[in-house]
Amino acid sequence: MTGNKIQLDTNGNLKHFLTTEGLSQSLLRSILDHAESFASVGERAVKKVPLLRGKTIANLFFEPSTRTRTTFELAAKRLSADILNLNISTSATSKGETLSDTLHTLEAMHCDMFVVRHANSGAAHYIATQVAPHISVINAGDGRHAHPTQAMLDMFTIRRHKKTFENLRVAIVGDILHSRVARSEIHALSTLGVLETRIIAPQTLIPKDVENLGVQVFHDMDEGLNGVDVVMMLRLQKERMRGALLPSEYEYFQRYGLTSKRLEKAKSDVIVMHPGPINRGVEIASDVADGERSVILQQVSHGIAVRMAVMAMTMGRSPEDSGTLA
Amino acid sequence: MRIVIENGRLLDPAKKLDGKQDLYIVDGKIVSLKMKPDGFESDLQIDAKDKVVLPGLVDLCARLREPGYAHKATFQSECYAANSSGITSICCPPDTKPVIDTTAVVDLIHQRTRDANRANVYPLAALTLGLKGEHLAEMDTLRRAGCIGVSNGLAPIENTEVLRRAFEYAHSCGLTVYFFAEDYSLKNNGVVHEGPVSTRLGLPGIPETAETVALSRALLLVEQTQVKAHFCRLSTARSVSMIAAGQEQGLPVTADVSICNLHLTEMDIADYNSDCHLQPPLRNERDRKGLIEGINKGVIAAVCSDHQPHDADAKAAPFSQTEAGASTIEHLLPLMLHLVNRKEIKLEQAIAALTSQPANILGINKGTLAAGSDADICILDLDSSNNVDQASLHSAGKNTPFKGWELPGQVTHTLYNGNVVFNKN
Repeated sequence: MTGNKIQLDTNGNLKHFLTTEGLSQSLLRSILDHAESFASVGERAVKKVPLLRGKTIANLFFEPSTRTRTTFELAAKRLSADILNLNISTSATSKGETLSDTLHTLEAMHCDMFVVRHANSGAAHYIATQVAPHISVINAGDGRHAHPTQAMLDMFTIRRHKKTFENLRVAIVGDILHSRVARSEIHALSTLGVLETRIIAPQTLIPKDVENLGVQVFHDMDEGLNGVDVVMMLRLQKERMRGALLPSEYEYFQRYGLTSKRLEKAKSDVIVMHPGPINRGVEIASDVADGERSVILQQVSHGIAVRMAVMAMTMGRSPEDSGTLA
Repeated sequence: MRIVIENGRLLDPAKKLDGKQDLYIVDGKIVSLKMKPDGFESDLQIDAKDKVVLPGLVDLCARLREPGYAHKATFQSECYAANSSGITSICCPPDTKPVIDTTAVVDLIHQRTRDANRANVYPLAALTLGLKGEHLAEMDTLRRAGCIGVSNGLAPIENTEVLRRAFEYAHSCGLTVYFFAEDYSLKNNGVVHEGPVSTRLGLPGIPETAETVALSRALLLVEQTQVKAHFCRLSTARSVSMIAAGQEQGLPVTADVSICNLHLTEMDIADYNSDCHLQPPLRNERDRKGLIEGINKGVIAAVCSDHQPHDADAKAAPFSQTEAGASTIEHLLPLMLHLVNRKEIKLEQAIAALTSQPANILGINKGTLAAGSDADICILDLDSSNNVDQASLHSAGKNTPFKGWELPGQVTHTLYNGNVVFNKN
């Protein structure tokens, strides 16, 4: 299975974080536990711990991103690492430099970690096979494949609200076909032992044989939302309207938009999540996005704690190593 | 030059021959089996005791990378790699750079063939100019220059009217169309089979219908135009039954399959292994079995290497950014023998699919040991085996998906036109 062999070092510790697939429940739980310890750092007057002091982290963004890059940057700074932001889509590769050459150049600058966002599925995996042994790679989103830190911050948010995963019914709604977030969430939810993961979308946005990943497929929103504890909405890219995948935003919202009326089908204590940025009136109604069941903004702050946890763990550090935290 | 190959087990499915006989060669021709011709004095004796003597193999599709891609491989390197697996006849698709749509390119290929002097090379002419699917290429001029058939390579012909006219015109010229069935819009930039693996890895998928829809369109046009059509590189079980139905109906259609699709499936892509990035894609086990059955039932007449040697950079990138294709030419025969050992295909059937049957499709007098044929011969030691080791590949392309496989059989000698072009010892 993807990931396992390359993600763990010989002692079974996290070396690279490329996908949530294939990692053990105890490892996912320890990411959440570490994140729990780091969550308090952001609430203090001095928002820094010296865990990664002297380490250099390169944010390699081959695809534009603001929020993911920013939260990685903040996470690195709170761990006292030096951070280098490289927006590569507009620099090296457009000059014809190969991906391997770019990586080796950065290695020569003695970076310790690459945080990678790339438009091609498998890019982070490829980079992990290419880098020198002391470098850790964290996948910040590769094509349609994986966005593991997003999935883990979602798990963190779910655990904070629901305490345990065992009896949960979770619905993921929207463009599953193109979504790296959905794939990573599906694997994480399954490993953490939820009762049921549902995906809700028209057939055009559901990848083939997705049932093999252990999900129930629904094409009808009301049916799919019935009795769920968690609703995870996905962002619908506007370009999906250009091809033959969907007729219009209007029709999509009518059929799959999350409204407060639809939300009544779910459990009364349901939480509503969204990885952002939100398309109000396309996949979610404003009153739901801003409503009392929404935990969307909490997800963002949890993102920093989870990314701190993953960065520290792949560098072989834990919160206990920091005197100021313990 | 007079050569005798002694004590070997001669295996020639074309002649239904399987038995211990000597074989006599004079000046590049097989002159006699068993009986020593009057006054024959050999200049060279090859002892084939405990070995199998086969007709030189005929590969229906291998890219020798010239002109245009000499940084990947050359006629010299690839013909030698072919010889090391007993291959002496190679059919080349027209997707060189420039494309085989002018006689100058055909002449150049003939020149390279003579220079290498290791195998018969049969180029296919472009079906449409530049393989763009818009205007017909000068098929008859290219035929007269030495092309053996016409093909659009892996490039699509989206306009069905153009496809119809191309089939009609090829038929008028008496040319066989070598057709790769893939619907461009259904492929939709896909890089792997659309199924559980594409879903898990998040790679754009190529649905089965990309092949079957294109195949069904082409079969209907074959019926209409009556052109002789050879369907290249089937990848799905469904395609096999569609071809079978066409053959039963009396359509002039044949088909081949790439050796990779007989061994590998989408599961082998595992961790984005770019050596398994192929076109057509690796599909599932049901398809693999269906293709094997297609060979056993005679629906698929030929197995080819679909050899595509690449430079290292072509495979060093995230999966969908890598170039498709595998370097397979020197493992075509061992991989077939592997299927024989696994009892998936009978030995005679396996050899026929590499010799007489592809020769029949090309319409060439090759792939047989009959007296009077050109002395293209492969001598095989069935009892030894080899580990596929990337570093020791003869091909310039090291992109093999069979790294580390233990494969049966070792070619000890290959003769081309009565000359020993490969000698293991």
